[in-house]
Amino acid sequence: MATAAIQTNTKSWSGGRSPFNASYGKVMMWYFLMSDAFTFGAFLISYGTIRFSVNNWPDPNLVFNSMPFLGHANLPLGFVSVMTFILIFSSVTMVLAVHEGHNMNRKGVEKYMIMTIIGGAAFLGCQAWEWTHLLTGEHVALLKNGTLSVMNTTASANPWGLPATHEAMLLALQKTPHETLVQIANTLHHGATETAYATHNAASMSNAELTNLISTSDLHLNNVGRPAFGSYFFGITGFHGFHVLSGVVINIIMYFKTKLGHFDQRGHYEMIEKAGLYWHFVDLVWVFVFLCFYLV
Amino acid sequence: MSENTVISTEHSHAHGHNEGTGRIWKIFWLLSFVTIIELAIGLFLYFKSENGGGPGLGHVVVLTAKIIIGILTLLKAYYIVSVFMHLGDEVKNMIMTITVPLVLFVWFIIAFLYDGNSWKNLRNTNAGSRKNSIENVQPIAPVKNGVKP
Repeated sequence: MATAAIQTNTKSWSGGRSPFNASYGKVMMWYFLMSDAFTFGAFLISYGTIRFSVNNWPDPNLVFNSMPFLGHANLPLGFVSVMTFILIFSSVTMVLAVHEGHNMNRKGVEKYMIMTIIGGAAFLGCQAWEWTHLLTGEHVALLKNGTLSVMNTTASANPWGLPATHEAMLLALQKTPHETLVQIANTLHHGATETAYATHNAASMSNAELTNLISTSDLHLNNVGRPAFGSYFFGITGFHGFHVLSGVVINIIMYFKTKLGHFDQRGHYEMIEKAGLYWHFVDLVWVFVFLCFYLV
Repeated sequence: MSENTVISTEHSHAHGHNEGTGRIWKIFWLLSFVTIIELAIGLFLYFKSENGGGPGLGHVVVLTAKIIIGILTLLKAYYIVSVFMHLGDEVKNMIMTITVPLVLFVWFIIAFLYDGNSWKNLRNTNAGSRKNSIENVQPIAPVKNGVKP
């Protein structure tokens, strides 16, 4: 009798126990992450569709080639690989925190949660730097109306189209208004070693002088590119960055709950596991963002 | 017997977690190694491309390299999900309910990228331009030397 009852119970779907052998919270976290995967997937596939549908999508190696403190050094894939390793490493410390949680080692969980939080904050710092660099970096672009313009890379402006020829630049310089010429001449000062330009006072120069200065400089001129480039970049990395931010907040809450002994009272560290699932998902999404925006 | 089956399911839950940290570190080094290979391929593509001052690469070589990077990314995703997120230690039914819906991505990616590519082809042949298609409507009066009546 008793044997029969237990045997019925061991069948997954006959009730009495969880068919997935996992708690409600954990199963629902998995389903939330699955739905979030579709959200990110839809964003990235939409980006891919637009990228496939236009000619001359910007080469990411030309756009993302800077490092903090290294000025104008050309380092494609450099900074983003630092960000990738930071996130992979913080994923490792998170899984170690989960591991310590299974051993009911509160001190161990605290230590690894702190390391994970630092990793997440470091990643956010890197992203803030990268966004600032793109949003404030000035580039001269040849507009469709045949004039030149000084542009930042924003959600609606993209100075990373095809390179413009010297002839096109000379033609455009004739049509470009005086204020813009002064602006362009001023961007030449940023050209690192070109200290000779610093001696000029662009605002007091005539159009002819400015045109001469600009056309003889090694100004790198691109045609204006598709605004979709910036929209997708800032949209998707922003959405991912917001996930990282909320992950860091969740991890901070988990750290304090650990420190206050809530999980020891409860007798298990399953909340750390659930926070861990979310955190690994953030790393997982970055793997694909890294692929779609930087590598290919 | 019956008690055994109960215990074994309980045990399987705890099993995946009570291993040492060796496996975690092994996966960390694996992920790092795969990332470095991806970066190496990415840099190879850059330095061989005209933008990187190289001779320029053929379409097939670039496509192959990008497909390899894509496969390596899927490999990384597999290890993160199965080891770091412990999905590999869960009950098979649960694994299925999470992974099977993701198969939709196969259609999703192929269909939409194909659509994007087709859009580009239309753009480049000018067949997708509305202006052009209106002009291509059979003219009522014959057009001579491109001058419309």
